[in-house]
Order: sequence, then C-alpha cells, then structure tokens
Amino acid sequence: MHQMTLAEIARGLADKKFSSEELTRTLLARIAQLDPQVNSFISVTEDLAITQAQAADARRAAGENGALLGAPLAHKDLFCTKGIRTSCASKMLDNFKAPYDATVVAKLAAAGTVTLGKTNMDEFAMGSANESSHYGAVKNPWNLEHVPGGSSGGSAAAVAARLLPAATGTDTGGSIRQPAALTNLTGLKPTYGRVSRWGMIAYASSLDQAGPMARTAEDCALLLQGMAGFDINDSTSIDEPVPDYSASLNDSLQGLRIGVPKEYFSAGLDPRIADLVMASVEELKKLGAVVNEVSLPNLQHAIPAYYVIAPAEASSNLSRFDGVRFGYRCEDPKDLTDLYKRSRGEGFGPEVQRRIMVGAYALSAGYYDAYYLQAQKIRRLIKNDFMNAFKDVDVILGPTTPNPAWKIGAKNADPISAYLEDFYTITANLAGLPGLSMPAGFADGLPVGVQLLAPYFEEGRLLNVAHQYQLVTDWHTRSPAGF
Amino acid sequence: MALDRSDVEKIAHLARLGLNDADIPRTTEALNSILGLVDQMQAVDTAGIEPLAHPLEASQRLREDVVSEANHRDSYQAIAPAVEDGLYLVPKVID
Repeated sequence: MHQMTLAEIARGLADKKFSSEELTRTLLARIAQLDPQVNSFISVTEDLAITQAQAADARRAAGENGALLGAPLAHKDLFCTKGIRTSCASKMLDNFKAPYDATVVAKLAAAGTVTLGKTNMDEFAMGSANESSHYGAVKNPWNLEHVPGGSSGGSAAAVAARLLPAATGTDTGGSIRQPAALTNLTGLKPTYGRVSRWGMIAYASSLDQAGPMARTAEDCALLLQGMAGFDINDSTSIDEPVPDYSASLNDSLQGLRIGVPKEYFSAGLDPRIADLVMASVEELKKLGAVVNEVSLPNLQHAIPAYYVIAPAEASSNLSRFDGVRFGYRCEDPKDLTDLYKRSRGEGFGPEVQRRIMVGAYALSAGYYDAYYLQAQKIRRLIKNDFMNAFKDVDVILGPTTPNPAWKIGAKNADPISAYLEDFYTITANLAGLPGLSMPAGFADGLPVGVQLLAPYFEEGRLLNVAHQYQLVTDWHTRSPAGF
Repeated sequence: MALDRSDVEKIAHLARLGLNDADIPRTTEALNSILGLVDQMQAVDTAGIEPLAHPLEASQRLREDVVSEANHRDSYQAIAPAVEDGLYLVPKVID
C-alpha cells in the first residue's frame, strides 16, 4: 500500500479497494516503524489524520470524488497549522502552536487531504542539507550517512522512504528542487505568486514559494492543483486563472524546443551528472523535442546576489521573533534589550544568526546601495537573460545540483561550500520562474536530478515534459533499499 | 573590507542578537567568508539597470478601507510567553 502514488490512491479510493482510514493507519504505522531511521517528521499528527481520513471516507460515501479526497500527505513545518506545533525546526518556535491555518494547508484540507504530520527542515528554511534543524539532521533514505538536501529535507526523505506519497515544500533558493533531486523525487517550485504565501513562515519574501514534492510529475500536478490560486491575504499573490495541470500531462512533445545553457557545464559540475543530463536530453529528443543552445551570461552572479537579497529580507522578517508575543523567551531577562538579545541569541541556531547578521549589515546605513541595490540590479540582469533565452526555447534543461548528496557533516566547516550547491536552482527564485526537478539516474547509488525551467505560469508545461519523460524512463520508480 | 570583532558586535547589536563571547571569532570568520562571496557582485557592471524587487513587477494591491478581520486577541495572547489583563508583559522599561 505504501508504494502507491497519489494517482493510484485516488483510483483505489474511487474503486472502493480500500478506505482512506485503512491507508492512513497503514502509513502511520509505517512512520512509527521507520521514521526513527530518517528523522523526517517533527510532529506526527495521528489523531488529526484519523479524524480527517474518516471525514474523507464519509464525504466519498456521500458521493464526492475529488482526486485529493482522502489522500495522505504531510506539511513542511513552516506552514502554520492551527493548534498544532509549527516550529520551523527552530528552538525559537518549539512551543509555537499556530493560531490559524496557512492558505495552502486550508485549501488542501478542504480538498479532503489527510495530514499525517509536519516534516523536518533546515531551521527557518536556511540550508541545503537539513542539518541545521533543532530536531536533528534528516538522513537520506538512499544512504543514511548522506544528507537528503534542504531545506525541505524532511518532506523529501519522508516521500523517498515511502512513508507517504507526497508532501508540501517551500523553495527560496532550491529548497524543493534540490532535496527532490537528492532523494529521487519530482518536485516543483511554481511561479512566484502562483501559490499563496499566507501562513508560510517567511524567510525571504520576494523569493519564497510553496510547491509539491512527490514521486511522479502526475502526482505533482494533482497536488499543485490543490495548492495554486489567488489569495487576497498574500499581497504578492497573482490573480491568474489556474489551468488543469492533469489535462496537459499527455500533450505531445513533438517540436518542443529545449535550451541547454552552455554556462551549466562549468568546472563545478560532477561529470557523471553532466552525462545523465545529456542522456535525459536524448530521451526527450526521441519524443520529438529539439535542442537549441542558449546562454545565461549572468549565471555566475546569482549566488552572490542571492546571499544579499535572501539574508536582507530574512533579517527584516525574523525581527518579529522578539520573545514578547510568541515563541521562545529567555529566562530572567534583566531589561528589555536583554530580553530581545538573549531570546534571539538562544532561540536561533548559528546559520540563522549568520544570515540575519549578513542581512543587517547589507541593509545598514552606508551599505544599502553597494549591497541590496546592486543585488537587485543583478536580479534584473538574470531575469533579462531568461527572457532572452525563452525567445528561442520553450524550456531550459540542466542539472538540478552540481553534485549528488554529500555525507552528513562534510560541508559544515565552511558555510560557503553548501551555498554553491544551489548554483542551478537559485536563478529561478531570483527571476520568479517555475522550475521542476525530476529523477534522471544515479551516481554510485545516489539519485541525480534534472531541472526544467519554463516561462512564467507554465507549470503545466514542466509537468507535461516530466510526465512524458517518466512514461519512457523508470528512474522515478526506484525505491531505496530498506524502504 | 573585512569585518573585525567590533564590527560583528555592532551588527549583532543592530540585529538584537546576543552572541556568546566564545563564538565571536568563528562568527566573524563565517561572516567574512560570506561577504567575500557577496563582494563578487561589485565587479558586475550594472550602470543603467533598474533594480528588480518583484519578479513579475507587480505593484501593491489596494483595497477598500473596511474591517476585514475579527478580533483574535484571545487566541494570540494564549500563545504569548507572558500576558496580563490582555497586555503583553516585558521587563520594566521606565524607572
């Protein structure tokens, strides 16, 4: 039962082969048995899950038949869930029970999904290895000594370990796509503004976007359908109609123009990944796609610009954690400044503190133009590169990451070494474009992902290309040994 | 330009972060490493380029000035570290 995809579950529930409650109880037992190995959950919401499953079964008995009705999933622990701990994997919010549901959580609950729990992550979504969690590192089910990627590493590890079919994630610089690549999943970061950010604990508000993580593109289409749409509560939500993502999955790829940027094949790229990327291009050519070379001349400036914009926005967003209104408060503060400083100094982990300080410095008097403004100008150059490239191609294809999953602890000494792993993913956040990572092979038993990028609001195209690829390849069907 | 200990202490104060004394050398080194990466930006010619704040260049929506929220004070105060009579408690600010 645990091997089923969302699409298979939807068919099984519709055909009355099993109930949502049976499936939910099976998966909860599996989480209890196996999650200690991977540490992918911060909270398991057993009572809520059973209640939601029974309600979904009752709705189905009454004649409803939605694709997500009774479908089990989990939410990254930065989506606010009413009355349930929403920790952001931080000591700061260990005691925080959100007073309301995030829009994504509320929409998926209304569609009848069953919430099995809240998944582990990098603290405040800052990281690419899921090692900075207050609740301990997440392990990669493909090799328990390796990282699952981050920051949505718990969602990735849980789905990869077949603890559940799908989970929500968020992506500020690659935090859906990179862990999806490192754990053999399909993950989609939608266009900025496509999915509501309301009730997502903010990291970098001009970059943050929520999206689906699952084993197949077909499942990502189902989950995105439940997440996407305009929300008046999100000031940067875009009021565009949401297409039927499942309806375009089977469109032909005949004549699809794929761009492979020459800058992607730089010295930092593992040659085994380069080979698998080119092999995926060959598969897509067999399906009728044609390949054009494109250029992204400002690619190498993306990481420096990101590490100004994201920390600057984080330093502003995280100023709300002050030990006064919610979250952690230090013991015996001697005055108000001491309360602020110790609550924040004790409540935030080292990586979060580093990024807050980088941001505070970049925004401080005298440095704003040289840092934040310069980064925003580079951001436009990067967007312009994509706009030029998309004149000649429909999608841009390349590696999701320069390397497969590294060993836990291997990049801890120098924060910069982990930052460079986001080389291929960060540009989509800076430009606001949709991006998808799909399984494309293995390097020494560790999964490798291929990333597809498309113009604004063309999530359906990305899902279509990935689905067609998954019809003729079987990488995405491989399970890690022991799970 | 590399940050020194006093710069880091100043930034930590601006951000209201209480650093452990013993951690300051390591934090200084990490911040200098990050700023070294960031400084690669300075070589990029951005003359005449407008900064980009919102990827789709959307502007802020306006709405009618009407009450749209219920009063959530009780549920918000229920999760606060210290409250009394509907107020948030902090250490004494004025003697």
